Amino acid sequence: MSAETTSFPNTVPAWDLPSRGKIAMAGLIVAESAIFTIFVVAYLFYLGKSITGPTPREVLETPIFYTICLLSSSLTIHLAAKFLARGIAFAFLAFWLLTIALGGLFFYGTAQEWHRLIYEHGLTISTNLFGTTYYSLVGLHGFHVTAGLIMLTIVAVFGLGGRVGVEQSGHIEVLSMYWHFVDAVWVVVFTVVYVLGR
Amino acid sequence: MSSNVITVSVGQTDAKPWVDELHQWLATVDHKRLGILYIVSALMFLLIGGVEALIIRIQLMHSHNNFVSPEVFNRMFTMHGTTMIFFVAMPVLFGFANYLVPLMIGARDMAFPRLNAFSFWLSFLGALLLYFSFLGGSGLYGAGNAPDVGWWSYAPLGARAFSPGHSSDYWTLSLLVSGFGSIGTAINIIATILCLRCPGMKLNRMPLFAWLNLVMAGMVLIAITPLSAAQIMLLIDRYLGGHFFDTQAGGSAVLWMHFFWIFGHPEVYVLIIPCFAFMSEIIPVFSRKPIFGYPVMVAATVCIAFVSMSVWAHHMFTIGMNSYANSFFTLTTMAVGVPTGIKLFNWIGTMWGGRIQFKTPMLFSIGFLFQFLIAGLTGIMMAASPFDWQLSLSYFVVAHFHYVIVGGILFALFAAFYYWYPKMTGRMLSESLGKWHFWLFLIGFHLTFDVMHVPGILGMPRRIYTYEPSRGWDTLNFIISVGAFIQALAILVFIANLIVSYFKGNKAGNDPWDAWTLEWSISSPPAPYNFATVPTVASRRPLWDEKHPEDPDSRYE
Repeated sequence: MSAETTSFPNTVPAWDLPSRGKIAMAGLIVAESAIFTIFVVAYLFYLGKSITGPTPREVLETPIFYTICLLSSSLTIHLAAKFLARGIAFAFLAFWLLTIALGGLFFYGTAQEWHRLIYEHGLTISTNLFGTTYYSLVGLHGFHVTAGLIMLTIVAVFGLGGRVGVEQSGHIEVLSMYWHFVDAVWVVVFTVVYVLGR
Repeated sequence: MSSNVITVSVGQTDAKPWVDELHQWLATVDHKRLGILYIVSALMFLLIGGVEALIIRIQLMHSHNNFVSPEVFNRMFTMHGTTMIFFVAMPVLFGFANYLVPLMIGARDMAFPRLNAFSFWLSFLGALLLYFSFLGGSGLYGAGNAPDVGWWSYAPLGARAFSPGHSSDYWTLSLLVSGFGSIGTAINIIATILCLRCPGMKLNRMPLFAWLNLVMAGMVLIAITPLSAAQIMLLIDRYLGGHFFDTQAGGSAVLWMHFFWIFGHPEVYVLIIPCFAFMSEIIPVFSRKPIFGYPVMVAATVCIAFVSMSVWAHHMFTIGMNSYANSFFTLTTMAVGVPTGIKLFNWIGTMWGGRIQFKTPMLFSIGFLFQFLIAGLTGIMMAASPFDWQLSLSYFVVAHFHYVIVGGILFALFAAFYYWYPKMTGRMLSESLGKWHFWLFLIGFHLTFDVMHVPGILGMPRRIYTYEPSRGWDTLNFIISVGAFIQALAILVFIANLIVSYFKGNKAGNDPWDAWTLEWSISSPPAPYNFATVPTVASRRPLWDEKHPEDPDSRYE
């Protein structure tokens, strides 16, 4: 059984291909974007079609502070990745933990809003179409924030153990792509739910 | 650069006890073994889905038949459709892509071997979940039942009120789980093709097989995901009391149709594009000519992928959309015919003036060309919305899409089986059994699906349980059912061929077809590591270059 060893004529040895991690994450982001698109379409399609109250105008409050938190976490994770690539482990860890804190704050903001909606306004997923679409869309985003926070925390645990170095820079960048995506989706969700939707 | 370093004997694994062997298959992350697992599981479900089709055909053989009860009949057509699309066609095509893409681009494995195994087991467990509904569909009481609301589970039929018990839950979860598997595989195929090509394998030198599977994987990412999203919504409706598709609370049944067909129509192209990929590899080899119009082929594929994303509502002309929507979807649907036609001409251009060898893979390929053309033509007929208003939901539609799926996809798949089986097993499939298989299947296919157009035009609705003798559909339906049994016989010949040839077939050698792509440069079956030395390529036909150093393709690129 011979394995073929071929050298075909006139070949170019230099060969540079993209990183598989980044390509795969880009693929995942495309797929996730399609899922979010469907939920956004459903939200927009059902705007104002609820038969009973409460309506978005009555109960939703724009979460400006928590939105700022989430969006700035994109900046901090970017800086963290940059510092790691340059080998400055301390700054990486500081910005990484800051990212988790900002993401956690946002998560707390969502939880608080849901608590308020459920206990003060009696809006649940089965109350009306607004409840169904709102909790699904914001919940789907919240699910992605949760998944991101879990992954960020795992990295933080390894980082605190001194096990994240320049060698892991590629992986960290892939994770940071995911986090940027979660932020970008929030821009869309925010626009749809809190700006257009009211 | 020599091959004297690594020598592995093929018989090495023979001595191991079967438990070890089984463990190796279950725990494998090797793209070749996973490819074969995909293909074998798909063949298993092909037989199951085939039996369901036969039950449908026996029931419809003559008027006022009651071979099965109406309830069982509904379950049969639902399970037949779901099984054939999600657990036969998708896995078998993913299996071939898994097996062949790394070999064709000179890679060691897929980009993410463990993700690959995970994706396979997700889709396999999805299939088991669907079939478990026969036992657990009604929960703990009663005999259980399978989903019975059609493979598209239109709202509100999928809602709790109309699908009590768990049958629709099994259907939903099964498609959701296997959908995640498909997304994983698609990401894997894309990453493999973009990141693991061997030196010199530029994008414009990749075999068309790799190109077309790249496009297919891209389509999976944006076509399967709407279905997953819709399934999540259905679960929210069924379990959390949501109102997405609940018309009594202002929800819309039509929205489900849109979401389903935004998945459903591109899905057809997800299935047919890998079949175009088979054709683009097989037809040149058996015509002894390089593919005609390689760049046009790639462009047409990408074009199909784009246009097919905006044709979904041609499945919904009868729900009463406005005239702008009707015109738009009629135009886009007809537009898809253009790049598809370009492809057909390219394959014919490849055969034109070639020294055509009529071996079994080529016979199935030629069958594909004719039947896919006819399937496309009835598709163009249905694309005209006024025509569709007359025939939508009739057996004409059933005949049309079976022409695509059986006459197109299945014929291309059979060609691929006969062409790559020697690479996968090291043995040739028997040519004489192959010819029996081809002719029996061809006759059975045309008896069934040519004739099936006629009762459709006469007004026979799809999914009908039985019909009145006075309708005059008896003879036609009898012929259709006879054709179905001939096809079943042909499938048995095929399965027998797969099994017998595995033990008794002629030894294949590295390159039984005198082909030109990299998978034929290594042993059959390939060693676990694929290539002992990473190959480098300088043209689209690296093996031609190697066999004909005096006149390599690379000179003309």
